[in-house]
Amino acid sequence: MARATKIIRNFYRDSVSLMQLSSTIAKLPGVEQASAVMASINNISLLQEAGLLTEPVEASANDLLIALQGEADALEAALAAAESALKQPSASSTGNDKSRGISPRSIEMGLANLVGANLALISTPGEYAASEAFKALRLGLNVMLFSDNVELKDEIALKRFAQDRDLIVMGPDCGTAIINGIPLAFANVVRRGTIGVVGASGTGLQQVTCLIDRWGGGISQAIGTGGHDLHRDVGGISMLQGLKALAADPSTSVIVLISKPPSPEVAGKVLEAARGAGKAVVVNFLGADPDRVRRENIYPAVTLEDASAVAVALAGGRTPEARKTSVPSSSITPRASGQRYVRGLYSGGTFCYEASLLLKKELGQINSNTPVEPGDRLSDVWTSQKHTVIDLGDDLFTRGRPHPMIDHRLRNERLIKEAGDPEAAVILLDVVLGYGSHPDPAAELVPAIQKARDLAAKAGRHLAIVGFVCGTAADPQNLSRQETALREVGVTLAESNAQAVRMAASVVLEAGIGGRL
Amino acid sequence: MTQALFQEKLQVLNIGLSSFVDSITRTGGSVLQIEWAPPAEGQPEVGRTLAQLVNLLSVETANQTAFDAYQSAQPVLSGVGIAGKALPNMGERMILHGGPPIHWKNMCGPMKGAIIGAILYEGWAENLAEAEAMASSGDVAFEPCHHHNAVGPMAGIISPSMPVWMVTNTTDGNQAFCNFNEGLGKALRFGANGPDVITRLKWMGQILAPALQAGVEVLGGVDLKPMMAQALHMGDEVHNRNAAASALFLKRLISALLKTRTPSADVAAAVDFIAGNDHFFLNLSMAACKAMLDAAHGVPGSSMVTAMARNGVEFGIRVSGTGNTWFTAPAPIVHGLFFPGYTTADAAPDLGDSAITETAGVGGFAMAASPAIVKFVGGTPQDAIDNTNTMTHITVGRNNAFTLPALNFAGSPAGIDIRKVVDTGIQPIINTGIAHREAGIGQIGAGITRAPLACFTQAVSALAHSIDDGQ
Repeated sequence: MARATKIIRNFYRDSVSLMQLSSTIAKLPGVEQASAVMASINNISLLQEAGLLTEPVEASANDLLIALQGEADALEAALAAAESALKQPSASSTGNDKSRGISPRSIEMGLANLVGANLALISTPGEYAASEAFKALRLGLNVMLFSDNVELKDEIALKRFAQDRDLIVMGPDCGTAIINGIPLAFANVVRRGTIGVVGASGTGLQQVTCLIDRWGGGISQAIGTGGHDLHRDVGGISMLQGLKALAADPSTSVIVLISKPPSPEVAGKVLEAARGAGKAVVVNFLGADPDRVRRENIYPAVTLEDASAVAVALAGGRTPEARKTSVPSSSITPRASGQRYVRGLYSGGTFCYEASLLLKKELGQINSNTPVEPGDRLSDVWTSQKHTVIDLGDDLFTRGRPHPMIDHRLRNERLIKEAGDPEAAVILLDVVLGYGSHPDPAAELVPAIQKARDLAAKAGRHLAIVGFVCGTAADPQNLSRQETALREVGVTLAESNAQAVRMAASVVLEAGIGGRL
Repeated sequence: MTQALFQEKLQVLNIGLSSFVDSITRTGGSVLQIEWAPPAEGQPEVGRTLAQLVNLLSVETANQTAFDAYQSAQPVLSGVGIAGKALPNMGERMILHGGPPIHWKNMCGPMKGAIIGAILYEGWAENLAEAEAMASSGDVAFEPCHHHNAVGPMAGIISPSMPVWMVTNTTDGNQAFCNFNEGLGKALRFGANGPDVITRLKWMGQILAPALQAGVEVLGGVDLKPMMAQALHMGDEVHNRNAAASALFLKRLISALLKTRTPSADVAAAVDFIAGNDHFFLNLSMAACKAMLDAAHGVPGSSMVTAMARNGVEFGIRVSGTGNTWFTAPAPIVHGLFFPGYTTADAAPDLGDSAITETAGVGGFAMAASPAIVKFVGGTPQDAIDNTNTMTHITVGRNNAFTLPALNFAGSPAGIDIRKVVDTGIQPIINTGIAHREAGIGQIGAGITRAPLACFTQAVSALAHSIDDGQ
């Protein structure tokens, strides 16, 4: 087995493009491992850990590094293939008339080409992201900051700077927004309507906007704030700005707020602002006590599903009712003794957290890599313990690898592993559609699900698989096509995460072996 | 305000993952992908500093002041002087050189050869060995031309008794100086120092300089800016191509020379000398550019570059708002065409003060005016236009005195902004000659090079520092 490396100086490509290239090159004959990265110190150490790099390389963050491992005579051709793929003109440079000069290299140059620009969508590596956001704000643009790994002090500085100029910073770590009907980053194609949403969680926003769409409502705006916005030191600046803007927006009749429970003083500020909004405000502070949230015009919602249902009812002029969850009993087939536990394999962090919260009430301790109670943290995230739900989008799993909404390999591997565990009774899955996600997740999942079920069946067990698809009919992947494909391999599908979680709990409860053991 | 965004059509600049463009275009939004790469050579700390300078009012205002001073400058050839008397702070045993400061022992071959030649020309030593010993002994002070309001092409050597052009910016009164152009082939500026070179320098000092001084006096000075502007319309970029400008200058000079008391044989020799050198005007162009840029120098907070110069080892820049500090990086190798028998291996790294022309918005920045020049890099006239257009993204404005026919008479991009260079990674383009790495062989080619980014990243940090201190 041999290794080969190549450095292309001063040649930049974004990380997603490079991961796509890496996987293309890894499939070439004779290549075992391939990685194309920008040669930052961090990336070089990743390659060293992966065994792709044994010699020190002289390269900087602006140099592109390709490292390969495989059969000696195959590597040269693979390097050449990689290089020629890179030198192809970037497909993204759409709309740029080459004869009019070079494509824009900075936000300032971009503004010269797109004079009416009003939003910068920033997804650079984290160490550069705050600087790009500052430039955008200084040039009068609103910012959606998809990048993560932005320091809290930078987030605070950015948001205060923006607030002073009547601009908004969505993020950092903001995965989803829908502005004026345009889905940004990881977002779904939803019907336009009168419900405005502000959310600190990307998948939370996706769930609520998709369910509103599914139940006949529509979205005016969906504003992401990033996960740290309701931190005490940030003070909910973006959520308050979003709330204020939606309150003033004549096209919005109902407002939905989504977050993990904020610090008490921030919660106080947000609820006070909500009370003065002059509109119905549905608040889902995941895990918060509803009675502490309830006000005259404020409707507490325990789950993302509740929040969506209440908002749709209010927007339709109806009184919100509690939703009933029906568990299709046909899915509950007899299982072998010893099959006792729920195993949630999530790609969406908020879904995982919501599942932990709901399952905890029904089943007691829920182990996780992102637990509700610090004591329930998995000691080894690669191995489930009793009732376990894991967020495969956690940094622990995504280091040097695409997010599980884009690349299903890691989850599929884990699914097979769970199928081999005689204590696993039910697998709980989320499938997230929309822009940014995999173009056909069902096609990736179906073979793994079949294999998992076969594996369990051979051992005399029946593995229940419960899930839900977060998406809409207008999404590029198409909701009903995805749902049909999953049902065909025996996945029991709910409409929402909360419903799926309750079904999963009922599987183990009905067998009389769940409960607070 | 945020709510205003809801009333407008969403128009997005996408910085980072190019896949995010899809959802926006397919759902009817406008989006432009930025071809982003980490700015500031990938140094996040400098990038942060830069971000705080973008669209900063104090910098924008300072740049406007500096740019206005540059734009309103009127460089006029006011006469011919002797360096030792004309240049400020010129010492008796001092030799000026091109580029940022450099110690004798570190100088490149052509510069050392030229200094030895200057010592012989001054009569400070009898022969090469003595001259070299004197140069290395510390008895002669070496300083950059730029430290004396002067510029010189290639080695850029000016010694006290050499004649210099005197150019006055009549708007502000500041003066700039440049030596005379000796012509191609074996010349002091390429490090040649043989008897023929010294003899020609003597003739230039004793015969040519007084004749030119008399001629300029008859003319009552020569406005250089209109002459440069006219040359730009005749295929020059007044750095590496000066054929038209040299002819225009000579056309003005001939009748003036005939009106002086200069012996007719000397007039004939002077006219022959100028007519035989298509680069004769370069040194006037450089002095004019220096006069315009010195007017823009020293505006606190300004990020406009006021000098780019190379000494054959280092490339250096000065910035209006950071005083007399040089920001340096290793001098790049020039890519270009070589005269028969020479290759890149023979080339000295980039050399001379002539990049003052690019700093002033001509030369490489006005390449669109000079399609002939792109032959040096095997390019097309379209490449020349593209190069000029690219420079508009790193400049403060356009010089409306220097219009470019190929660009529908748009002004030439001028006033390099260090912030824009560091943010875009677009390096200023420079048209230049290539000297042989060994002294005395002369010019071996010509081509295009780019100012190193490292100079500009250092300057951004220093400028931010100066602004913090000033507040």
